Amino acid sequence: MEGMGLKLLGAGIAMIGTLGAGLGLGMIFSAWISAIARNPAVEGKFRQIGYIGFAATELVLLLGFVVSCLLIFVAK
Amino acid sequence: MISPLEEFEIHSYGSPLFTIAGHPVSFTNSALYMLLAIMGSSLFMVASMRRQALVPGRWQMMGETVYNMVANMVAGAAGEKAKPYFPFIFTIFIFILFCNLLGMLPYTLEVTSHILINFAIAILLFTVILLTGFIRHGWHFFSLFVPHGAPKFMLLFLVPIEILSFAIRPFSLSIRLFANMMAGHILLGVFAGMTAMLVTAGWLSAIGILPLLLNIAITGFEFFVAFLQAYIYAILASVYLRDAIEMH
Repeated sequence: MEGMGLKLLGAGIAMIGTLGAGLGLGMIFSAWISAIARNPAVEGKFRQIGYIGFAATELVLLLGFVVSCLLIFVAK
Repeated sequence: MISPLEEFEIHSYGSPLFTIAGHPVSFTNSALYMLLAIMGSSLFMVASMRRQALVPGRWQMMGETVYNMVANMVAGAAGEKAKPYFPFIFTIFIFILFCNLLGMLPYTLEVTSHILINFAIAILLFTVILLTGFIRHGWHFFSLFVPHGAPKFMLLFLVPIEILSFAIRPFSLSIRLFANMMAGHILLGVFAGMTAMLVTAGWLSAIGILPLLLNIAITGFEFFVAFLQAYIYAILASVYLRDAIEMH
C-alpha cells in the first residue's frame, strides 16, 4: 500500500499533543492536591472544579488520539 | 491475529425491519445492548427502592447513594433553579453508566464507544438547553455570546469565538466519552494479544504472565474510567445547562 509509512508517521506525530496534555493534567492534579492539603475542608467543594478541569484538559489528548486512529484505520 | 478493533463491529440480527429513504433499519447488537442497559438500570432503581425501609438495606443504600450523588452534583453545578432538570440529567448519567459497565463484560459491545450514540445524546441535551434558554430569556439569550465589560472593538473577535466555543460543546462531549471508552478497550485488546503472542513464543512463554497481570490492573482501572466518564458527561451537561438557565 502506497503512503502507508507516511500515514503511520503522521499518526505518531499526532500523538505528540499527548505531551502537553500530560503536563497539563499533572499541573491540575498537583494544584488540586496542594489545595486540599492546605485546607482539607474544601475537598467536597473542589471536587467538581477539579473534574471539570480534568475533562477539559483530557480533551486535547483525546483529539490527538482520534486523529491518530483516523490516520491508521480510516484514511485511504 | 484478531484486530483489537473487531469488538466494536456492529452486526444486525435478522433481516432489516423497514427502510428509511433507502437505508435499511435492522435490530443490531448496539440496539440490543442499549435495551439491556435500559432494562438493567430500571431493574436496579426499581428493585433497590422496592422496600422503602427507614433503615436502608444494601440495595436501597446503593440506589440512594447514586441518587444523592447526582442530586448534589446537579445542585452544585447547575444551581438551585435547575431542579426540574434533575430527572433528565439523572437519566443521561445512569444510561451512560450502565452502557459503560455493560461493555466491560467479555464478548459484549461497548455501546458508548461509538461516537454516533454519544452525539445523539449530546444533540438531545443541546436541544433542551437551547429551548430552555429561548423560553426563559427570549431573544435576550443571545447576550450569552457577548462577554461583559469587553471593549467595543474587541467584540468583533470575541463574539465569534464565544459562538464557536458554544457550538463545539456537543462535539467535545461526545468525542471525550467515545475516545476514552475506545482507547481503554483497544489497550485491553493489545495487551491480550501480546499475552497470546508471548505464550506461544517458545522459551519466552514465561514472560507472558507480565502483560496478563497488567491487563488485570487495567481492567480495574477501566471500571473506574467507566464511572468517571459517565460522571463527567453528567457534570458538564449540568454546567452547560446553568449557562442557559442563569446566563452570566
